[in-house]
Amino acid sequence: MRRYAPVVLLAAAVIAAQLILSFLKLEFLLTQLTMSAYYTLVALGLCLLMGYAGQVSLGHAGFFAIGGYTTAVLSTAGAAALSFAPWLSLPAAVAATAVVALVIGVPVLRLRGHYLAMATLAFGFIVSRVILATAVFGQADGISDVPGIRLFAGLVLSGKRTLRVQNYYIAWALVTLGLLFAVNLIGSRVGRALRAIHGNEEAAAAMGIDVGRFKLAVFVLSAVYAGVGGACLVHFNAGIGPGEAGVMKSVRYLALVAAGGMGSPWGTVAVSAGLTFLSLRGAFGLYDDAVFGALLVGIMLFAPEGLFGLVARGRRT
Amino acid sequence: MGADQILQYLLSGITTGSVYAIVGIGFNIIYSSTGIINFAQGEFLMLGGMISVSLSHSMPLAAAIAAAVIMTGLIGVLLQRLFISWLKNPAVLRMIIITIGLSILVREASLHIWDEKVHALPFWTGSETSSLAVLGARISPQVLWVLGVSALMVGALTLFFRHTLTGKAMRACASNATAARLCGIRTSSLVTLSFFIAAAMGGLAGCVVSPLTQTQYDMGTSLAVKGFTCAVLGGLGNVTGAVAAGLLVGVLEAASISVLPLAYKDVVALAIMLCILFFRPEGLFGGRAAAPAGVR
Repeated sequence: MRRYAPVVLLAAAVIAAQLILSFLKLEFLLTQLTMSAYYTLVALGLCLLMGYAGQVSLGHAGFFAIGGYTTAVLSTAGAAALSFAPWLSLPAAVAATAVVALVIGVPVLRLRGHYLAMATLAFGFIVSRVILATAVFGQADGISDVPGIRLFAGLVLSGKRTLRVQNYYIAWALVTLGLLFAVNLIGSRVGRALRAIHGNEEAAAAMGIDVGRFKLAVFVLSAVYAGVGGACLVHFNAGIGPGEAGVMKSVRYLALVAAGGMGSPWGTVAVSAGLTFLSLRGAFGLYDDAVFGALLVGIMLFAPEGLFGLVARGRRT
Repeated sequence: MGADQILQYLLSGITTGSVYAIVGIGFNIIYSSTGIINFAQGEFLMLGGMISVSLSHSMPLAAAIAAAVIMTGLIGVLLQRLFISWLKNPAVLRMIIITIGLSILVREASLHIWDEKVHALPFWTGSETSSLAVLGARISPQVLWVLGVSALMVGALTLFFRHTLTGKAMRACASNATAARLCGIRTSSLVTLSFFIAAAMGGLAGCVVSPLTQTQYDMGTSLAVKGFTCAVLGGLGNVTGAVAAGLLVGVLEAASISVLPLAYKDVVALAIMLCILFFRPEGLFGGRAAAPAGVR
């Protein structure tokens, strides 16, 4: 049962954080924690792709934006079409992300190394330029006044102050579920296949692993993580702007995964929750992007196994 | 569409295309000597433009440009010495992430040294209103500067690689670093030199297009992606190929404006790139067998 320790630990930390913050009358911090949960979901998906399938993606902000913009359009301009069940915009957003990932994934994943990195970077660029150029997506203004969404059992996905605690738990429950799914996947046959692919694609293929299909499946899965994060955050923030699709955002997710240790889902969650929260609180001020750039360079130069790998190495010596 | 209009598109396409070609050549030079794709390549153009704009306030234009080119080259050397030289056989993914991180650091540093505004170098000759008539099309004299400087750079580079000892040593180093070292070639200083050349060329290209396209701190990434398109389309490591590919991409991009709204211009160039990567990753001029590692 050691496998589930991080999941249990995360759930405990989520509950503890809420209790402590409520006790200290610092509940306003839950807002940024909720937002950081949705960004963490993207990082978690990217961690699966990079750490286990060994494929880089510089376009994950694109998937985040596709999820976000789909539900945003469906609940504002296209609200009439879904008036019978507004919540359908969420599954529609996730489906849209998955379909785009599938279509783009088939040719992209045939590439490796620099080619894969550049192709995914170009994909992210295309998404952000299309958003900026298309009237339906609000161009540079983005989409605002996105309503909350009534889920089941009285839960409402919304940024209203009275629903703050509830939304904090919705967001982090999704991350916990995402982590649970990730550790289960990694521990399964599929996970072993993925690690074999990461180690050596030819050898994996020789062992009878359908390399292409596994890579594609993880690519789509990791895009779905990003799409879910994007779709939910739009309703929490009541809007989305083209900045969410920017290349810099994709690079941030990359930095979070690198710092968390590629191939360490719980490390990614821990680092992402912390750093994204600090960034959203404005702790890095004008140097926000620079911090993430420095993090990327520093981690890759001195600790390619991630921050926690560095700690573990320090303990060994 | 009249013949003069076609010519207009062709000329504007060739102008932007020659800039893409220079970026692509920058990729090629560093890739040949190190096997690294330097994602910060576009930042060198931005630096060249920014530095020369700042210097042009206090010195003659030509001196400002020369100083900016040398400083950009030295920044390239600095990046290589500080962050890249001491890594022994780093994994491809690691190098990709490091150069991306560097591009962000350079960009953020420029944002704080200068600002987020658009800057432009004065036109090298004439002003923004002066124009020349070429076979019925009107072009800015700066376009001739862009074409001339690019052609000069490509020519000088070709001569350097073909006919100088250092250039030949760099080619030897590119085709087999170990063998080159056995022949007494100091490969590490050639790698530094390749960063200097790539950065300085980028810097000069940044200066020459600044009057036309302006310079902004975040212009690097899209240039890098397009430059990479040209490098791949021309065949990685092939300088003349990159030039042909650059002109082709530039003209296609310019032609797209006549069909699609201007806002989609970048989308077209990037879609071309994706198609090239998907269908002809070995480039226009290479056979399947010449496909570099990383493509199946």
